Amino acid sequence: MSKTSKQHRRIVITGLGPVCGFGIGIDPLWAGLCAGESAIRPITAFDPSGFITTVAATILPEQLDIRSIVPKNYRKATKVMARDIEIAVAAAASAVNAAALTTRGTAEGVAPTIPPERVGCHIGAGLIPADSDELASAMLTCRSADGGFDPGEWGRTGMNNLTPLWLLKYLPNMLACHVTIIHDCQGPSNTLTCAEVSGALSMGESMRVIRRGDADACLSGGAESKVSYMGLLRQTFANRLAAVATGGDGVAAVRPFDASATGTVLGEGGGILITETFDSAHARGARAIAELTGFAARQCSCIDTVGVDLSDAAQDIASAIEGALHDAQTQASEIDAIVPLGSGIPTVDQAEAAALRLIFGERLLRLPLVTLAPQVGICGAGASALAACVAAQCLSEQRLPARLSTAGSAAMGVESDARASCSATLRNVLVTSTGMGGQSAALVLRRIS
Amino acid sequence: MSARSERSPSERIVVSGMGWVTPLGHDLETVWSALMRGASGMAPITRFDARTFPTTFAAEVKDFDVNPLLKDPRVHVTAGINAQFALGAAAQAWKQAGLDVKPARNMRRVGIYLGAGEGVIDTPNYLAANLKAWDATTGKTDGAKWAELGHALMQAAREIEQEPNMPLAHIAREFGARGPAYNCLTACAASTQALGEATSILRGGEADVMIAGGAHTMIHVLGVTGFNRLTALSTSKGDPSKASCPFDLQRGGFVMGEGAGMVILETLEHARARGATPLAELIGFGSSADSYRITDIEPTGRGAAAAMLQALAQAGIDARARRSDGRPFVDYISAHGTGTKENDSIETLAVKRVFGELAKEIPMSSVKSMLGHLIAAAGAVEFITCVMAIHRGMLPPTINYTTPDPECDLDYVANTPRAAKVQTCLSNSFGFGGQNDTVCVTAFES
Repeated sequence: MSKTSKQHRRIVITGLGPVCGFGIGIDPLWAGLCAGESAIRPITAFDPSGFITTVAATILPEQLDIRSIVPKNYRKATKVMARDIEIAVAAAASAVNAAALTTRGTAEGVAPTIPPERVGCHIGAGLIPADSDELASAMLTCRSADGGFDPGEWGRTGMNNLTPLWLLKYLPNMLACHVTIIHDCQGPSNTLTCAEVSGALSMGESMRVIRRGDADACLSGGAESKVSYMGLLRQTFANRLAAVATGGDGVAAVRPFDASATGTVLGEGGGILITETFDSAHARGARAIAELTGFAARQCSCIDTVGVDLSDAAQDIASAIEGALHDAQTQASEIDAIVPLGSGIPTVDQAEAAALRLIFGERLLRLPLVTLAPQVGICGAGASALAACVAAQCLSEQRLPARLSTAGSAAMGVESDARASCSATLRNVLVTSTGMGGQSAALVLRRIS
Repeated sequence: MSARSERSPSERIVVSGMGWVTPLGHDLETVWSALMRGASGMAPITRFDARTFPTTFAAEVKDFDVNPLLKDPRVHVTAGINAQFALGAAAQAWKQAGLDVKPARNMRRVGIYLGAGEGVIDTPNYLAANLKAWDATTGKTDGAKWAELGHALMQAAREIEQEPNMPLAHIAREFGARGPAYNCLTACAASTQALGEATSILRGGEADVMIAGGAHTMIHVLGVTGFNRLTALSTSKGDPSKASCPFDLQRGGFVMGEGAGMVILETLEHARARGATPLAELIGFGSSADSYRITDIEPTGRGAAAAMLQALAQAGIDARARRSDGRPFVDYISAHGTGTKENDSIETLAVKRVFGELAKEIPMSSVKSMLGHLIAAAGAVEFITCVMAIHRGMLPPTINYTTPDPECDLDYVANTPRAAKVQTCLSNSFGFGGQNDTVCVTAFES
């Protein structure tokens, strides 16, 4: 394919499949965001009282019944789906339906809308911890004299207490694996594992795959739940969580770009978006929600293997934004809103704000940020995909959601104080993400005219 | 992607450096000469006491110290074994590419694409926390107790180093790469996919140089447990060095390996501008999903064939055609060749599906017979063996091949290396979950 035709291979978003503490699909998310509600609530799946935080924007059992989401003949497979896989599978089903695509997963035996070999799948995923109850109950007969673990007995008998497919519940690529099987996506498929940036990188990879002609459409996004013992512990070790004791106010605890912020609150969720060539969408009469025009990724020069040290990262994050604007052939002045990571983790917020200042200068104080963390938490590998869903919906609705918690963001040079939802004229929306490990990515979405 | 014949120097992607850390050594020459001897890296597991496990052996990396290869080892003091393998392989590749003396023109155009696995879990402490927090009266884990034990027993650095993007972060820090950075984790296909997508990033003009490859080890209690429960591993009770026997009728599963393979990929234009020596050219990449079952490979080899065909199409090679001298255009296939019943017969079927009657004329071997299965790192290591085969005119063997399997009826370069004129190779990697990736590499010609 020549460079000219590559540029002509425009990509649009034809389906949004967010999953978060507001539920499945764009409608509950958008309603919750615009009404200024928050899905942050006490963790009830286990007793969190021994952790620094006791709250998260969790998905309630009644919001996600995986058996009702998958095709009937796939229900058996739900037994080997970790929480992260369930979220991805639910998100994919939601996106496929929203895009009015027929796949093997929506109607077995009916011709699919797009030939399976032309459909790719790129999903960001995190490290999925084993279920503690399952692991511990399997190990009960394998105690050493001091009450610890006895590998000898485990090798002889204990491991047989685990289901044979145990490992497959926890491989990060199982999100994409189940999704590709359910919807019969036979094109290029990948699993990106770069923390909060994973979703944005997945969308960038979908763009690259579509532009080079290897697929006409991709299921693209990310999903994760860190609301687990290991998830909370690792985030605590990384100094990323705001302290919220039992009965504390979780919403007030996460304050993106607020000088007094102390950390973030986790969420469960993510999103899958249907990214598709303009021609494919046009030919099948699909409604384009937004155009995906630009993407770039960079690596920050300083890494935070332990704790968060992004003191020197602003230039690198800004370089990713510059790259995405260049890819989109869009000027910074044409960006009308930004969906940043906006975690409330002080050093990360400072690095993000400094990067945005490098690109937008003084205008940044008048450029609305869409900060999602006080409402849906930070959803790990799902975070930037969820952000992309919201960005597309903002463009489609020409509206900005409400913001919570933050006061005095002007001190950090940004505009993100709490306020109600409002209508807005939005030509382009920028999505930025920076993750633990130093990866950074930016996406530019354009209004469909 | 542009057809090969139309590619400009900015779209031609060359290999300018390679490095690996494997169970048979930690530098190009040592490992290559071991492969040429048909050596085996397998031995009883030493990383934990596996004597009672169904599988008691693996191919471990031995006596590897990354520190002499690093600019300042203190920067990487927390690096897990996975990241150490990655750094070691990348340092070799960076040096061979001459990037320390003939630097890249812009570090923001030096990217990284790894297919690295998760770090090694802190098994004793992690399992002790789970076990001691168990509440027998409720039949569930006591969350508060778990939290207390978790904070007390586990260590921050050790936990954070388990994130799969940490090898990437360490490499970026060591070499100052600030371009597009990705880590993918598609099980056993990961690092082949990383090489392919890195090539795509270069060809699309997003970077000048990519450090690409993979690193992984799953030789730990829960890794061996997981694969034993899946009955994917060889449980041979005999000599470990005979346990990995891909394509043989007696094959009974794969043998776990560990390590890393890294290559420097760059545009020919950039390599020329800084006076680097191209070692080979990566001319094709194909990727597909089986979309079949989580446990089984699609039985007709559809997905594997699709990946090979796509790689060949991108390389401008007609699988069914012959050169003017009658030889097929592909001289060697580095098989995924895990040594499981299912993989080896379906891979054979897929190769026949792609090459038709030419399939029997194309030698295809599995270095997993010697190195074991390096999981996420396997593809990159096998890609390097292809480049070495091109340079040395030698094909690595499939060792332990004694009993032909009627379902595996190709030329597997049985037991001894073979001299051959090698210009173009395919390298296959197929992951658990149905991920198929193939890259095509050829001798560099200006």
